[in-house]
Amino acid sequence: MAAPAFQETRRGANWLVAGPPLAYLLVFFAAPMLIMVLASLRNPGDFGGLAPVLLEDVAGTHLNLSVESYARLASEFLYTRLFLKSLGYAALATLLCLVIGYPLAVLIARSEKKHRNLLVLLVILPFWSNFLIRIYAWMLLLGPQSGLSQALNSVLNLADIEPVSLLYTPFAVVVALVYVHLPFMVLPLYANLEKHDSALLDAAQDLGANAWQRFWQITFPLSLPGVYAGAALVFIPALGIFAIPDLLGGTQGIMIGNVIKQQFLDTRDWPFGSALSLVLTLAAVGVAGLAAALGRKARA
Amino acid sequence: MGLERMRRRSLLLWAVALLAYLFLYAPLAVVVIYSFNDSRLNAEWVGFTFSWYRKLFRNEEMLLAAQNSLVIALVTSAVSTLLGTMAGFAMHHYRTRLLPILVLAPIAIPEILMGVSLLIFFVLLNFTLGLVSVTLSHISFCVGFVAIVVRARLAGMDESLTEAARDLGATPFRAFRLVTLPLITPGVIAGALMAFTLSIDDFVITFFTAGVGSNTLPLQIYTMVKTAVTPEVNAVSTLLMLLTLTLIMLATRLSPFLLRESR
Repeated sequence: MAAPAFQETRRGANWLVAGPPLAYLLVFFAAPMLIMVLASLRNPGDFGGLAPVLLEDVAGTHLNLSVESYARLASEFLYTRLFLKSLGYAALATLLCLVIGYPLAVLIARSEKKHRNLLVLLVILPFWSNFLIRIYAWMLLLGPQSGLSQALNSVLNLADIEPVSLLYTPFAVVVALVYVHLPFMVLPLYANLEKHDSALLDAAQDLGANAWQRFWQITFPLSLPGVYAGAALVFIPALGIFAIPDLLGGTQGIMIGNVIKQQFLDTRDWPFGSALSLVLTLAAVGVAGLAAALGRKARA
Repeated sequence: MGLERMRRRSLLLWAVALLAYLFLYAPLAVVVIYSFNDSRLNAEWVGFTFSWYRKLFRNEEMLLAAQNSLVIALVTSAVSTLLGTMAGFAMHHYRTRLLPILVLAPIAIPEILMGVSLLIFFVLLNFTLGLVSVTLSHISFCVGFVAIVVRARLAGMDESLTEAARDLGATPFRAFRLVTLPLITPGVIAGALMAFTLSIDDFVITFFTAGVGSNTLPLQIYTMVKTAVTPEVNAVSTLLMLLTLTLIMLATRLSPFLLRESR
């Protein structure tokens, strides 16, 4: 068999293997995304707010596209404020995940090798239980009849303060955001901390550095790539979430995800919903890019 | 004295870590415990009962939702395992630019974006929303997970084994079937289990692509939680947790790599 012919069949075989998944994802992932980008530039339809026609036939055919949705997004302060609020919730959740996750990751990285896999597995397992169930669990824990609520309110009662509700508040939203995303912070941190050379810490100790200095001048700077990776993995999904504010947030705790859901299922203003989703994704991707750039800089 | 201080510090570390583990597990434990509580209110412990589970198995809506979930998860798992294995193989062996982007992007972008875009897609195509649209959507985000696991397995494989088979005259397909496939099988099975779990657990993408009338277990749980919380929710949650945790433990056994890179 001649070499070129062989090459030829190989390329054919390659396409046979790569083709089907490629085709599937082009149709059921890339195409919907493109359609959504287009949808964000279209006008909302007249009938029940359904999607509009792409080409308007009146006297002739012309494109019925507009940047109305984006203009509305930029001009109505309500949406800017909601975006800022969502960014705030996601940022706070990310920070809390870091504060809770860091000691945990340090402990796992410093524990004996044979225990490490088990300790990591224990961090991951809750993540694999159903997302909704993990949110629902906090409805039980923070509900008015829960021990937590009652204990808090009996303390407040002693201090003559009006009883407060924990559920259906921004507090509940942030707690659940932290709860749901904690593993995303611990895993990259652990992966980073595990690789640290303990000789560095020993040397610093020999040179008289105390634990505080050793942490802030050696361990923490070295762990920055892990910190940025974890922060991105928490922040991005947290920003777009809608089930948590939907179930736990009440009217005070809604986030941008709720408005997107509302635009698609209740108001049925698809162009505006698409514009909101795309701006949300751009914000998320921007943060991810920033985290990646910072991580590269920290590693260099 | 230095040793004493070190011990105190590691004790502090353990205490913080223990609190973190408590934070991770207590909420789930509460759900499980209340599922056996003989009271309509999720407040205080009254007594042990199986009645919520018995009620669950007589709840037609719930059973239908469970059946829908199982069918969707089985089909999703089968198709995405096939496509994901092909994608993982292609990503490991050929230089493709587009495939890795298409495989990884569904995992990286916010879930709501995927749900919403698939909703528009199906409606514009006049495709009736239901079990089929949910399954098609699930496959498109599960392929990536399978591909990652399979590629990792291939990366850890000794390339010379396939080369030896080829030198001995095996066709590429024969070499794949007799050498590569048996070696990557644990990764493929782990990927299949993962896809099954992701599908049966998915809420966000299902929420947007299911339309009315075709409920899955997570959608059913959502409706119950939104309207009237009864301890039946605890029972179905406990069972679902048991199922997915078993599957994930199995998958981790088969492919220890999942421990590090899961999602």
